Amino acid sequence: MERERKFLQGNDAVALGALYAGCKFFAGYPITPSTEVAERLAAWLPSHGGRFIQMEDEISAMAAVIGASLAGAKSLTATSGPGMSLKLENLGYGYMAEVPCVILNVMRGGPSTGTPTGPGQSDIMQARWGTHGDHPCIALTPSTVYEQFSQTVRAFNLAEKYRMPVIILSDEIIGHMREAIEIPAKGELEVIDRMMPACSAEDYKPYDNSQLVSPLAPFGAGYRYHVTGLNHDEYGFPTNSSRLIGLQEERLLAKVEENYDDIVLTEHFHCDDAEYIIFAFGSSARASKDAVLNLRKKGIKAGLLKPLTIWPFPDKDILKYAGKVKGFLVPELSLGQTVREVSRAVGGRCKVEHIYRVDSEPISPAQIEKAVEAM
Amino acid sequence: MAYNYEEYIRKGRLPHIWCPGCGYGIIMKSMIRAIADMGWSKDETVIASGIGCASRLPGYLDFNTLHTTHGRSLAFATGIKLANPALKIVALGGDGDMSAIGGNHFIHACRRNIDMTVIIFNNNIYGMTGGQYSPTTPAGAKATTAPFGMLEPDFDLCKLAIAAGATFVGRSTSYHALPMEKLFKEAFSHKGLSVVEIITGCPTGFGRKNNQKTPASMLLWQKDHAVTQKMAEKMSAEELEGKFVTGILHQDTSKNEYVENYDKVTGFTLEQGGK
Repeated sequence: MERERKFLQGNDAVALGALYAGCKFFAGYPITPSTEVAERLAAWLPSHGGRFIQMEDEISAMAAVIGASLAGAKSLTATSGPGMSLKLENLGYGYMAEVPCVILNVMRGGPSTGTPTGPGQSDIMQARWGTHGDHPCIALTPSTVYEQFSQTVRAFNLAEKYRMPVIILSDEIIGHMREAIEIPAKGELEVIDRMMPACSAEDYKPYDNSQLVSPLAPFGAGYRYHVTGLNHDEYGFPTNSSRLIGLQEERLLAKVEENYDDIVLTEHFHCDDAEYIIFAFGSSARASKDAVLNLRKKGIKAGLLKPLTIWPFPDKDILKYAGKVKGFLVPELSLGQTVREVSRAVGGRCKVEHIYRVDSEPISPAQIEKAVEAM
Repeated sequence: MAYNYEEYIRKGRLPHIWCPGCGYGIIMKSMIRAIADMGWSKDETVIASGIGCASRLPGYLDFNTLHTTHGRSLAFATGIKLANPALKIVALGGDGDMSAIGGNHFIHACRRNIDMTVIIFNNNIYGMTGGQYSPTTPAGAKATTAPFGMLEPDFDLCKLAIAAGATFVGRSTSYHALPMEKLFKEAFSHKGLSVVEIITGCPTGFGRKNNQKTPASMLLWQKDHAVTQKMAEKMSAEELEGKFVTGILHQDTSKNEYVENYDKVTGFTLEQGGK
């Protein structure tokens, strides 16, 4: 199979990326601006050995995705703000039961129904902290149609590798814009499948605390085990042992924290000699890129630090520059979620400024340039 | 000779959490006998549940077992069946789990007709949290959240299932251990979504407050109020007042099973490329 050039909508690229990664199941519920992903996979999955279902609500879609994954199918669901709020219950179950799956949130504004047809970047903290309890989180932020494809493949890989739900935080602009992209040839991008147990059924521990990630046998493969959202022992059975509860909680977080370098992906655009760094993702990163080039024409040394992984937060990349630049600017479609994290990571080493739009319109390069010039 | 359940029980997981006098053990044993009689292998069988006393059952059985979130077992099970239709799936839960918080999933599972069996353990109360009223608490009955008596009318879960499109609906009680086993086998053998409601007793959460002081009196209540279909046909409406009908209440074999139909209509083919 050779590379194929296609003119695609961002949401279509997620659907194609899912097929490339080997997705075999999609469950969803119609919601703007993510619905195209469901529509494409409803049409495409059956001929790729997969099945699609439109569930009765967002809650059950998330549940079905986890169920399908336990039966061995790489699984995806897609939604937006109000739907994401409903998915949080079973998202937490996915973290606790350590079930690989991918959740696309095409962000719009909020709270509540907000403006369904406009962009937002205000679900950053929801992605990290939305479901109750301490839990790990991996969230990816594509900003081009190609990245919608490539980051979907990467989301599946990380989900399979670390046995956990992975969130893709896209936004209405990236989801609905069209760009020409080259679909990678088969084998060009790495595709990771979950580890299968090599031991006997008797020795199988689906939740072995002596390693960060245990193999996951699909239901029906002869490894009969128990899955629960309760704190559980190494075989999956509920436990009240404070020792086991503590071990499990800490291991779940360690899966992500100890693999920061494998999970965190960032793009550094004109950062080496930059005096000002713009930290932006998704649609805001696109405007920021233009702003960097325009500012440089005016003699202002600006750079763009674009996270493709927003959780875990790319602290290391920020710290690389925080001590030597004059300041960070964080443009976001939020009244101040991402800038809080940037400020935390910068830790007072330089100033951090914030600009935003929350009127359902994108940030323009001119707005960003003006803000950098004023710094 | 007594039936040997050991083959199917995770002995290390016992003792179970159920109160003395709870009807759930009788249901679990009937389930085991039915599954064994069906010849289902332990590896190909999945037992899924939601949250509540009944939903702890899968942990005690040596199958592929899944204890999900409150009310959601049917949604998880739907994903499992679509990913691997060869698996035999039983999803179970209490009356609150299935018909209150899980009510939406229940009616849509009935409507879709996916090949699996839903078992509702109906003890008319939320037992695990200590006896609050559920959608099946009879009008006037006492519960910790109905200190003046239940104000709402109750659901008839079998009628609900039939109206929602389930293609097999039956009812039994924890008193009727052998007819219950037979009913389970009939449900398991049915192609499509089968619903079995088991009327059972919660001496701790319901009986104490509602003039059924002992577990035995709850079983006797079930015996006295259950009427077979044959008996019901000969009874007047007045005689049927306060009784409930047991056995197969509805069966329709004319409807397509969801996954089979999906594969046929969509031209589902096992992977050629993909990765």
